[in-house]
Amino acid sequence: MNGFVKTAMMTTALITLSAGAALLPVAANAQDQGYTIGIVEQQLANPFFAKLQQAAVAKAEELGLETMTAESQVAGDSASQISAIENMINRGVKGIVLDPANAFALVPIVQQAREAGIYVVTTNTSLDPADAADASFETDNFQAGVLIGQWARAQLAGRDAHVAMLDYDLSDKTAGARHNGFLEGFGITEDSPELAGSALTQANVETGQSSMENLLTSRPEINVLYTINEPAAQGAALAIQQLGGEVIVTSIDGSCAGVRSVADGEIGATVMQFPTNMGELAVEAIDTAVKGGEMASGVNNSGTVLITDSPVDGIESQTSAWGLENCWGE
Amino acid sequence: MAGTSGARQASSPRALAFAFFSQPMAGPLIALVAISVFFSLTTSTFLTPRNISLLFQQSVVIGTLALGQTLVILVAGIDLACGAIMVLGTVVIGSLAADGNIALAMAMGLLVCVGAASLNGGIITLLRLPPFIVTLGMFTALQAGARLYTNSQSYPIRSDFLTVLGSPAFSGPLTVTWGMLLWIALTIVLSYALNQTAWGVRVYAIGNAPNAARLNGVNVRRVAFSVYSLAGIFYFFAGWQALGRTPIADPSAYQLANLDTITAVVIGGSSLFGGRGGVVGTFIGALIVIVLKNGLTQAGIDSLYQQIATGILVILAVAADQYMSRAKRS
Repeated sequence: MNGFVKTAMMTTALITLSAGAALLPVAANAQDQGYTIGIVEQQLANPFFAKLQQAAVAKAEELGLETMTAESQVAGDSASQISAIENMINRGVKGIVLDPANAFALVPIVQQAREAGIYVVTTNTSLDPADAADASFETDNFQAGVLIGQWARAQLAGRDAHVAMLDYDLSDKTAGARHNGFLEGFGITEDSPELAGSALTQANVETGQSSMENLLTSRPEINVLYTINEPAAQGAALAIQQLGGEVIVTSIDGSCAGVRSVADGEIGATVMQFPTNMGELAVEAIDTAVKGGEMASGVNNSGTVLITDSPVDGIESQTSAWGLENCWGE
Repeated sequence: MAGTSGARQASSPRALAFAFFSQPMAGPLIALVAISVFFSLTTSTFLTPRNISLLFQQSVVIGTLALGQTLVILVAGIDLACGAIMVLGTVVIGSLAADGNIALAMAMGLLVCVGAASLNGGIITLLRLPPFIVTLGMFTALQAGARLYTNSQSYPIRSDFLTVLGSPAFSGPLTVTWGMLLWIALTIVLSYALNQTAWGVRVYAIGNAPNAARLNGVNVRRVAFSVYSLAGIFYFFAGWQALGRTPIADPSAYQLANLDTITAVVIGGSSLFGGRGGVVGTFIGALIVIVLKNGLTQAGIDSLYQQIATGILVILAVAADQYMSRAKRS
């Protein structure tokens, strides 16, 4: 064994040791600060919420934090979330990631939590007012609507527009923002003659299908369609297939099933949301704040990406192949 | 009996009119014709062969499901779980069919539907619990069960056999699907069973006056149980209809089917207190609900106003029913 190798080995050993020594206090620190955070989701039967929760838990583990999790039982079930947050306050968590089931109902309990010194970050959708929580990481649904509106306008290439809209309950914050964003991006208003018709769906395939059948029967000239989400768009595609017509179908969500419909040509374009980003960003924000770093604040966009295989100039987009690698759900 | 008295007094137009109006389905039939005439005159697209075919296609699922609901309501029961049972059936069929065994999938679907409906009937008749509460509990549990079973994913249906009810039996200007023929056939068979068999007489008897029926030797509990189980067979057929119409087994579909079927039954002239009405009325009632929605969409009326119109119609139907039964008694 020559001197060079010996020196190299010694150096390596020394570096390893000193690195280990440098790490030790950090590890001890982490144990000191191995605090608990609460993660309160909406019903995990929905793959979107499930993905968000998984991402938050994984990020917390990575940062060496303990987690307490809870979920609402059905859509809009704020009562379960409130009891969960009460338990978390008692338990002395330092931060809470909350996906509020209702924008108003959770405000008082979040205020209690913050008074107890807990840093609360909302994900997916914010409270009303949004600053009732310390910060929020969510899809800018208005921006998502604008993107598909602009894309549909560009696809028409100057032809006359006959727009149909398949909505979900417009008093729902997300549904309203998507709807208004689309109108803005497409460059029309509720009163424009270009708006051929709209219908309320339950954001599923079945109601998307019958609503589109009725709209297409009365206005066969419909050539642009906005849908609240991809299942509604898939239902509409069935109606279009049966009744005929050339319709530019747009949607929002970015589920894997939805991206596959883009690849099949049933949906022209959709906007992908990023539940993983929401969960990770929220936990990072809590960790930074608890460790005395810069506190995140306000409503932060967790990302909106237009997915289409017919890109247009001036609107950034990704292909369905990219979409399939980054989508959520099965 | 109305028929014989009508024939005897046929000389008097007034008596003839009375005989007609005392038929439980007279009111719904007049309403259906009146609404259809109204939309034919006010829109150019309502009275077209294509739209008429569409009306029937949109009615088959709720219409078939409502046949089961009619049976249950005739014995003064109610089934809030009918839609959830049907949806559970469709997702069981969809998941097993994805593995390729269509016959097994259909058999299991039938078993699940009849099993769940019989469980309802068993709890209600053996434990003597109120049908409203039992089926409300089943509705909640089965809806969650279907989501757990599928992990909230939906199954695309690729088997031609499973979707046969949505395919045309005759095409021409007026497309008639196999599903429409099945709906009509089931209505005729059930109407025959209710009006011409001893079992049918017992069903009406225990709905009208359970104590009198018991004193006359009718096993009230056994007949009531048979009614709930038989309803399960209709829920299975409705599930098959649903796969034909929308080739996706989706746990989030038909969430309001329970209320839609009750609406169809009530508008169809059956009494919620049991013992009066029939499946032909329900057939017409299901069509009325769809005609109203379809026609109002074509007249460009907003979805929320459509729901208001349906709500008013339900109240009118119940009011008419009460008025008629009081008029008969006095």
